[in-house]
Amino acid sequence: MITTNPSVHKEKHSRNDVNEMLQETSALTWRLFIQLIRRPSTLFAGILQPLIWLLLFAALFSNAPIDFLPGSSSYGEFLGAGLIVFTAFSGALNAGLPLMFDREFGFLNRLLVAPLSSRSSIVISSVIYITTISLLQSFAIMATSALLGYGWPSLGGFLLIAITLLLLVFAITGLSLGLAFVLPGHIELIAIIFISNLPVLFASTALAPISFMPEWLGWIASINPLTFAIEPIRMAYHNSVDLREVLINAPYGDVNGYSCLVILFILTVGLFFLIRPLLNRKLA
Amino acid sequence: MFFIQLRDLFKSYGPVRALNGLNLEVPKGSLYGLLGPNGAGKSTALRIICTLLAPDSGHVEVGGRDALLEEKETRRRLGYVAQDVAIDKILTGRELLQLQGDLYHLDNKHKRKRIEELIQRLDMHEWIDRRCGSFSGGMKRRLDLASGLLHEPELLILDEPTVGLDIESRSVIWGLLKELRNKETTILLSSHYLEEVDELADEMAIIDKGKVIASGKPDDLKKELGGDRVTLRVREFSDEVEAESVRKLIKNINGVSNVVVNQKQGYSLNFLVKSNEVLSNLSGHLSKENFEVFALSHSRPSLDDVYLQATGKTLMDAELELAGKRDFKLENKKSMR
Repeated sequence: MITTNPSVHKEKHSRNDVNEMLQETSALTWRLFIQLIRRPSTLFAGILQPLIWLLLFAALFSNAPIDFLPGSSSYGEFLGAGLIVFTAFSGALNAGLPLMFDREFGFLNRLLVAPLSSRSSIVISSVIYITTISLLQSFAIMATSALLGYGWPSLGGFLLIAITLLLLVFAITGLSLGLAFVLPGHIELIAIIFISNLPVLFASTALAPISFMPEWLGWIASINPLTFAIEPIRMAYHNSVDLREVLINAPYGDVNGYSCLVILFILTVGLFFLIRPLLNRKLA
Repeated sequence: MFFIQLRDLFKSYGPVRALNGLNLEVPKGSLYGLLGPNGAGKSTALRIICTLLAPDSGHVEVGGRDALLEEKETRRRLGYVAQDVAIDKILTGRELLQLQGDLYHLDNKHKRKRIEELIQRLDMHEWIDRRCGSFSGGMKRRLDLASGLLHEPELLILDEPTVGLDIESRSVIWGLLKELRNKETTILLSSHYLEEVDELADEMAIIDKGKVIASGKPDDLKKELGGDRVTLRVREFSDEVEAESVRKLIKNINGVSNVVVNQKQGYSLNFLVKSNEVLSNLSGHLSKENFEVFALSHSRPSLDDVYLQATGKTLMDAELELAGKRDFKLENKKSMR
């Protein structure tokens, strides 16, 4: 029997905004995880690609002079931090894709016509999902690196890695979600992901230290957000974690661990404030 | 008492004016049909009522509240079944309904109960646990309708609910709408199917070029035409001059009214006759002026006649005319959030 009784209907609604927001956010997040469980190929591809890189690049540069790799005993160990960050970065850069598909296929309208407690739930669910996936992929790389004998961080180092990755993932996820609303379609978003992915990696300290680079590339690498994430993680693999330690000998001066984290934090908050008006407008 | 009131709504997509001063009043508890060709502005009006789109100007009231200011409360009270069914292909039908229930903040017990009710009522039990990607158009539409009804809305908005559906799905949806019509739910339905509006709607409005050109009860609108509809051809393909001559001749015949030349249908003439006697004398009047009756059809007036009377063209002709003018790319871009 189909019933429509407005007065009963109103009572059934919880007026607790926090509970409502939790309910809608968890439902939207769960939807993304169901998609992942039933189509896990993107998760595995996200893990496999950096693993292949780790194996190939570590082999390719296995005879590289160790003197050029500050604080590392092998190229594989040096490369590990870069690939952990690259994995998180790639995953976060893809954060906008599900949202873009929802825009294109009209599913977003289904969400927008619902009386959501806050439309931030749509964004928050994407952030939770992408953060979880990115961290999962990154830890898979860490585990493989450990199996290959490239070391495992201490508890303090592990915490530093988690904080660094979270800051980077939040920043890049925000950027990607912003792009998903600005760009006209998924083709354009994928194009930007393809274009930016590898150049951002190569123009960072993921594959080589700044001292190894020509001056112009050294400048780019020393302002590249990936570098500010890679170097603290590289340090986290050392026995002692001291954020006062200088991690980047940039052309503009030395940057220590604290500064790296502060820069990542400023980047995250800055991007959040940059895209917030856009999200407010698009989700209004 | 009106549940929906639209006043002086204007909306443009770039250079295309979708709504041009639309005024509409939908009585509470009625099934109200919006009839018009694709591109007339029906979907735009519905999207504005649903708070998916903001008008350029105008006033929108839903259930006594300003829908442009109290958006969340408006959303809480309505269920929307869009023209293009938007479902997540990876989820099963049941999972989609569960998600919908969570978006409307139903508690678990009530959500499960409502989902089971709707599965039974819309005959979805055989396939509801399959992934939506494997559903036919009719299945998707039934699932979409169930989503729109899950939270027991006071207002159900359906945009072309049976376009392209098989007979079984159409019958299930019509049956449900007739059932809902007898309860408290106000239903606003857009369609370009004449028989759908004729069969279902308590009241209706005809929209053309972004504004209402006729409104009322379907039977009253047909009665207002004042007689039976006649379509006449004096030649297989007349030209404009000949059609105009015939128009001038028959418009002066006593008992004939509303003579329209239908250019799109080979300059045939459409008009109303008060009685069969007028019709039987028609050929005599024509032969006096050396015109012959090449073809003549006579029928009870339909909503298409109401549309023809108001616009000078049939609904199908209007569809064809508008189809060539619409910029779907621009419309999609503007409607995408």
